[in-house]
Amino acid sequence: MSQEQTFITPLPATIARPRLGNLQQTTRLLRRHPIGTLGALIVLFILLIALFAPWVATHDPAAQASKRLLPASAAHLMGTDELGRDVFSRIVFAARISLYVGVLSVSLALALGVTAGVLAGFIGGKFDNIIVGLMDIVFAFPTLVLAIVITGLLGPSLTNAMLAIGIVYSPTFARVARSSVLSVKTELYIEAARVVGGKERHIVMRHVLPNILAPLIVLTTLSFSLAILAEASLSFLGLGTQPPDAAWGLMLSQGRKFVEVAPWLAIFPGLAIMITVLAFNFLGDGLRDALDPRLHE
Amino acid sequence: MNKYLIRRLALLIPTLVGMSFLIFAMVHLLPGDIVDALVGMDSTVTAEQKFELRGTFGLNDPWPVQYAKWIGGIFQGDLGRSFRSREPITDHILRALPVTLELALLAIVMSLVVAIPLGILSAVRQNSRVDLGARVTGLIGLSIPSFWLATLFLLFTSLVFHWVPPVIWISPWQNLPGNLLQMLLPALALSVQLMAVEMRMVRAALLEVLRQDYIRTARAKGLGEQVVLVRHALKNAFIPVITIIGIQLGALMGGSIIIEQIFGLPGIGWTMIQAVFNRDYPVVQITSLFLALIFVLINLAVDLTYAVLDPRIKYT
Repeated sequence: MSQEQTFITPLPATIARPRLGNLQQTTRLLRRHPIGTLGALIVLFILLIALFAPWVATHDPAAQASKRLLPASAAHLMGTDELGRDVFSRIVFAARISLYVGVLSVSLALALGVTAGVLAGFIGGKFDNIIVGLMDIVFAFPTLVLAIVITGLLGPSLTNAMLAIGIVYSPTFARVARSSVLSVKTELYIEAARVVGGKERHIVMRHVLPNILAPLIVLTTLSFSLAILAEASLSFLGLGTQPPDAAWGLMLSQGRKFVEVAPWLAIFPGLAIMITVLAFNFLGDGLRDALDPRLHE
Repeated sequence: MNKYLIRRLALLIPTLVGMSFLIFAMVHLLPGDIVDALVGMDSTVTAEQKFELRGTFGLNDPWPVQYAKWIGGIFQGDLGRSFRSREPITDHILRALPVTLELALLAIVMSLVVAIPLGILSAVRQNSRVDLGARVTGLIGLSIPSFWLATLFLLFTSLVFHWVPPVIWISPWQNLPGNLLQMLLPALALSVQLMAVEMRMVRAALLEVLRQDYIRTARAKGLGEQVVLVRHALKNAFIPVITIIGIQLGALMGGSIIIEQIFGLPGIGWTMIQAVFNRDYPVVQITSLFLALIFVLINLAVDLTYAVLDPRIKYT
């Protein structure tokens, strides 16, 4: 390990002041995990594309033209679709929807799950039993099945898809949060905080939560990929984003009808989904290696 | 062991009741009215006629009564009738179940055939190029949307072999080669993600086991590497692998919905999507419950398999 350390270049001055105590350590570990670093870079790249979509896109994503089903060319990097819209520009703008769904639905799952899990683990007793029972029942459903039922009933739309995805993934967060709380709860420092007269709320916020962050960060990252995939699946089935908006899953399902004459309509949106999901999986995998001390050798 | 089995089966009942209640509550509490959907834009239908129509579906009862009737019917083998076709839902399920089960089974078998050898190879040669390649391939497999893969398969077969999936499902009892040909691509598309997860799990579990003392003991007493691997390591490594397969089957059930849709296979998932778009609530309730039931039952089977593989686990 000491040999490896000598090869690590110093961190740039801009990130030299870590806010988290072990940010620097994490960064260094990420460097030792090329897969995780690659994931982080791709995620950053997609994020920039989504943020600067109007500047990255070469055309108006909604503008229709007579040039229908054209193959890729210099004017249309990924060809045009059945309405003559520029596929590349639509894919660029759809990145916004994917990330938007990822952020909002994972935040919902995180908020619901962590609150339930931390309270269940910390309070214990009957409350714990009820929460665990409820979570187990939601858990007993295949996630996509439940998400389809919820969006189907609420009516197909992007908002409802996000809501459904957030709900179906919350038990995973609750489980991880609860089991982490249970293991942290018996630690000496919690007892010490009690002894010095800390209030329960204060103990949870200042002592419990920071100590269960690592597994939650990993889970959050990996959940992004699941949420993006779930939104693509729902949109593919016609239950998520509605036309004329551009979402990758929707583009894929519409392009499927023309796949033999215009294969690019199915290839590029799928590729976009795959790269994004892959990047979050890479990042999550790298973070797990970096944050889980048991995996260090 | 028998006691354990009985206890596990008994525990199924509250789970199923809870699941049925959740589905029922969602269907009945979320907005959207079947009668309005059925009547559509027809403004000649009066409020009284609508009320009557609701009555024929039993929708005028208070919802706890509706739930009790529904669940009571299920226990007597009456799954209710479709709002749309008025057909007993049991018929829908009996038609659709073989399709979904065959699809799932084929996908599981295909995934295991590839994942187990690759996972072992990856673990035995940890940090080698083979390992890195297998891990990256695994992550890619994990990230390929099955519906995209299915689309690419169809594109490929139609361009190269001029083959398009048959419009109707061919039963394996009538025409086995025809059935397998039809099911091959959907099952393959469905199996890739499962394959990736299994391979990663085999690798991780085997790596963990290979560090154990009893492996060192086995090597120390002069056993060949193959014997150590097969007799001592693999058997122990398979327990977490089987767990993950059980959990993954949930994703498989979800994935089968989309794959059935793409290939036009009239399975449970396909039936469910039709029902969702038709607002055919009784069918939505039963099909989603059935997909969950398959998932729960397979997980029970997984738990029971532990006993066979690991005598250390005590069942009381």
